[in-house]
Amino acid sequence: MTLPNGWEMVVGLEVHTELLTKSKLFCGCANHFGAEPNTNICPVCLGLPGSLPVLNREAVDFAMRIGMALHCSIAPSTFHRKNYFYPDQSKDYQISQYDLPINSAGYLDLPDASRVSIERAHMEEDTGKSTHLGGTGRLAGADSSLVDYNRCGVPLVEIVSGPDIRSSAQARAYAAELRGILIATGASDGRLEEGSMRFDANVSVRQSGAAFGTRCEIKNLNSLRSLQRAIDYEALRQIQLIEAGGVVRQETRHWDENLGQTSTLRVKEDADDYRYFRDPDLVDLAPDQAWQDRVRAALGPMPAERRAGVVSLLTGASEAQLDAVEVVIDLGLEGYVHAVAAAGGDPALAVARVANELAGDVDNVGHLTSDAFVMTLAMEQRGELSATQAKTVLGELLAHGGDPRSIAAAKGFEQLSADTLGSTVATLIEANPDEWNRYREGDEKLAQFFIGQVMKSTKGQANGKAVIAELQARR
Amino acid sequence: MKSATQIAADVRSGASSASAELERTLAVIEQRNPELNVFLHVDVEGARATAASIDARIARGESVGALAGVPIALKDNLCQVGIPTTCSSKILEGWRPPYSATVVDKVIAAGAVPVGKTNLDEFAMGSSTENSAFGPTRNPLDPSRVPGGSSGGSAAAVAAEMTSISLGSDTGGSIRQPAALCGLVGVKPTYGMVSRYGLIAFASSLDQVGPFSKTVADSALLLEVLAGHDPKDSTSLPEGAPSLVAHVNDGVAGRRIGLVRELYDGADDSVVASVLAAAQALREAGAEIVEMSIPELGLTLSAYYLIAPAEASSNLARFDGVRYGLRVKADDVTAMMEATRTAGFGAEVKRRIMLGTYALSAGYYDAYYGQALKVRTLTIDAFTRAYQEVDLLLGATTPSVAFAFGAKTADPMTMYLNDVFTIPTNLAGDPALSVPFGTGEDNLPVGVQLLGPGRSEAQLFAAARVLEVADGRA
Repeated sequence: MTLPNGWEMVVGLEVHTELLTKSKLFCGCANHFGAEPNTNICPVCLGLPGSLPVLNREAVDFAMRIGMALHCSIAPSTFHRKNYFYPDQSKDYQISQYDLPINSAGYLDLPDASRVSIERAHMEEDTGKSTHLGGTGRLAGADSSLVDYNRCGVPLVEIVSGPDIRSSAQARAYAAELRGILIATGASDGRLEEGSMRFDANVSVRQSGAAFGTRCEIKNLNSLRSLQRAIDYEALRQIQLIEAGGVVRQETRHWDENLGQTSTLRVKEDADDYRYFRDPDLVDLAPDQAWQDRVRAALGPMPAERRAGVVSLLTGASEAQLDAVEVVIDLGLEGYVHAVAAAGGDPALAVARVANELAGDVDNVGHLTSDAFVMTLAMEQRGELSATQAKTVLGELLAHGGDPRSIAAAKGFEQLSADTLGSTVATLIEANPDEWNRYREGDEKLAQFFIGQVMKSTKGQANGKAVIAELQARR
Repeated sequence: MKSATQIAADVRSGASSASAELERTLAVIEQRNPELNVFLHVDVEGARATAASIDARIARGESVGALAGVPIALKDNLCQVGIPTTCSSKILEGWRPPYSATVVDKVIAAGAVPVGKTNLDEFAMGSSTENSAFGPTRNPLDPSRVPGGSSGGSAAAVAAEMTSISLGSDTGGSIRQPAALCGLVGVKPTYGMVSRYGLIAFASSLDQVGPFSKTVADSALLLEVLAGHDPKDSTSLPEGAPSLVAHVNDGVAGRRIGLVRELYDGADDSVVASVLAAAQALREAGAEIVEMSIPELGLTLSAYYLIAPAEASSNLARFDGVRYGLRVKADDVTAMMEATRTAGFGAEVKRRIMLGTYALSAGYYDAYYGQALKVRTLTIDAFTRAYQEVDLLLGATTPSVAFAFGAKTADPMTMYLNDVFTIPTNLAGDPALSVPFGTGEDNLPVGVQLLGPGRSEAQLFAAARVLEVADGRA
C-alpha cells in the first residue's frame, strides 16, 4: 500500500517467540502446549512462597542460537523483575532481561536485500492464560476468571527490531524471514496459530525525511496477515488524524481482527510503572567462550543461505519460481532439490515438484527417499513418464514409499511406443487439417493443441516432448 | 537442659531415646507456651512419628545423623510439607506448603525432630515479635519484655528450654538480635552458605537461615548440617559444608581482632562495658585487639531500609488471594486483590511495601534504591579493607538489653535503630554471630557480636567459644 501526500510510515517490531525447550525457564516442569489446564505446574512456576528460580541452560542455548543467527553480540547479562499485578502471573512479577540482554546489536537481511537492525533479543518468562467469564471477556467486569498456569514460566525470547521498517509489506517480510530463522535454529516451531510467535508493532508516520513522529504500539497481532493489516490501518489512522489537525498520542492500541481496527488500550500516562530491579534470586549469566563455541558449531545454515543455494541452481529464476523456492525453504525440503542437481537432473523441475507435490503432503515426506525422488524425475525427463504420471508416482511414493519403476509398472505407465505415438499423431493431423496447416506455417501455439489432443486420446500416457518431436518430424 | 550435642550422643548410645527427648520437649511446651506464645503450631503427631522412626532405626543398628533425636523448633517462615506455615500473617493463615525447605529436609536427614513452627514478626519485619498477627512472644527470661525479633519465637523456644536448638532467619539482625536479648548464641552465616529454598522471602539478597543454641558448639553442629550447595537456590555457594565443630576449640591466639567504634557507639553503658570486657577476654586469650573506625557503617541503616523494603515490595506481591491463603471476596479480580492485601497484611508490612514501592518507582529509583546500592558497594569495600588489616571484628549486637513491650512501637524509627549494629554485615553478605557476654540492666544478658569475612565461620565460632569460657558459661 502506498501512503498518500508524501507520508512515510516508520515501524519497529517486537516479536515474542516461545522456545522449544523440554522444560520451563526456571523449573523442571514440561514445556508442552495443549496439556490439561494446570497439569504442568510446580511450586516454582506457581510462585509458591519460598520457591526459587533456577535458570534452564537449554533455554540459554536457544537464546544464543537466535542471537547468533541474527548477527548479535552475546554479552554477560542479568535478569530483572518487571513488577505488575495480574492473576495469570503467579509471582505478580515477570522475570525478564532489562538493561543487559544476552543478545544485542544485530541485523536481519530480507530477501529483497533490505536490512533491518536488531536492537536486542532477550530472555523472559511467559505468563499463564486467563479466561474471563461474563462481562466483555476482559478482566474488568468479568463474573469470574479461570487461570491456567501451564504456560506460566515457559521460556520466551523477545526480538526487538530497530525502527527501520518502512512499509507493512516489509514488516510482513521481516516477520516471515524471522520465523524461518527461528525454525532453522530449532529454537521455535514458528506455529503462529498456537501462539508460539506473537507480534507487537510500533508504528508512527512522518513526512519523508522528517523527524520520527509519535509512535503507537499495537498489541494482539497473531498472524502475518493481521500484522500487515493492522500496520496499514494504524498508519492511515495517524495520517488522517494529523491531516485533520490532530495530534498522535503515545499509547498502546489493541488490534481487533474482526473489525479490522485498532483501538486505545491505555495511554502513556496510565502506563504501569514496572519498577524494574535486578532479581536477587538469580545470578548473572555470562556464557563463556567454550559454551558459545559449542552453540555456534551446532547452528545449521539460515534460510537466506539455503535460499541462495537453491536459487544458484536455477538459471534466471522467474517470480513464480522464487515463490516456489520460498515454499521449499520454508518446509526445509531443499535436500531433494540438491539431490536432483547432484545427479545431473533439472533443478527447476525439482523445485516445482517439491513446492507442489511434496508440499501438498508434507507430513508424509518421511516415506520418500531422495533416491526415489531423483529417479522419478529422471524417468520424467527421459520421457519414460509423462508429467501426470510422474506426479502420480510421487503421490504413491509419499503415501507408501517404494521403488518408482515398480510403481510405474504396476500402474501400467508403459512408455508409448514410437509407433503408437506416430500413428496417434498421424490420425490427429488428419482429423484437424486447419490446425495442422497453421502449425506448419509457424504458429507454435498449436503445438499445445496437439499435445492436448494426444494426451486425451492416450489418457495422459504420452510424453509432451516426444509429441513435439513427432510433430516437428512431420512438419 | 542438655545440649543438642549431648542429646544426639545419648540417643545414639542408647542412654536416651528420640521419643523420650521429644516427650520432655512437649511437656515444657505444654507448660510454658500458653504464657510465652512461642509456638504457633506444634506438630505433636508428626514429631512423635519422626522420633519413633529414629528410635526404630537405632534399634536396627542403622546409623543416624549428627542431630539424632534432637527436637528442633522452626521459624514459621520455613516451609515444611503439610504443616501450616503463616509467616505470622493473616494472609497465609491456613496454607500448608506442598514441599519442604531444603534446611528442613537437611535437619530431618540429620536425625533432628521438628516439633513445630515458632512465632515471628510478620514476614520477618520487626525486632520484637510484636508485629505478629497472632500475638507477641514473651521473653522467657522476663515475660514483661520482648524476646527480640524477628525470630523471637525461635529464640524463646531455646531460652525457655523447650528445645536445645532452633532455626531462624536473619535479614538485618533477626537471629543475632533476639539471641542477644534471650542470652543465646545466634549465627547469621555467609550469604549463600545455607540454602534459601523454602524460606519465605523477605529481602532475598539479605536473607540467610541460621541457628540458635545455648552453646557455641551446638550452633557449630547445626550450621554444619545446614550448610552446603543447593542446586535449587541459584545464589547458593558452590562449596560444600565447612568443618566447624572440629575448630570450635581452636582459640584466638595470634588472631587480630578489630574493635569497631561504629559497632558499639551509642549503645547503653552496660552494653559498651560488655563489649570492652569481651575485647579484654580475647586479648587475654592471645588475640591482638586493634581499635578501628569504619565510618561507612554509619550509612548502612538508611541503605538497608531502602533495599530490604524494595525487595520485599516485589517478594510480597504474590500474596494476592488468587492461588493460596486469604481471599477476601470482591466484585472483580483487581478489587479482590486489593481487599485481600488490605485485610491480610499488618501495619508494618504495609509500611515497608509502600516504602519499597516508592523507592523503586520511576523518578525516585536513582535517588533512593540506586543510591542505596551504591552505599552497599561502599560497605562491601569498607569491610574488605578492614579484613585486610584484621581477621575478625568485634562490636555490640544490640544497643540495649531486652526492652519492655510497647517501648519502641510508637515510632518505627526507634525500632529500626535496634538493628543498627547488625545490618552492616547483611549488606556485605558476610557472616556474624552474637554470643552472650556479661549482663546489663536487671541482670539481663548482653550479646556481643563477632564479624568476619565470607566463609570465616570456623574462626567466628572459635572466638565465640573463648568468650563463652571467659564468661563462665561452659
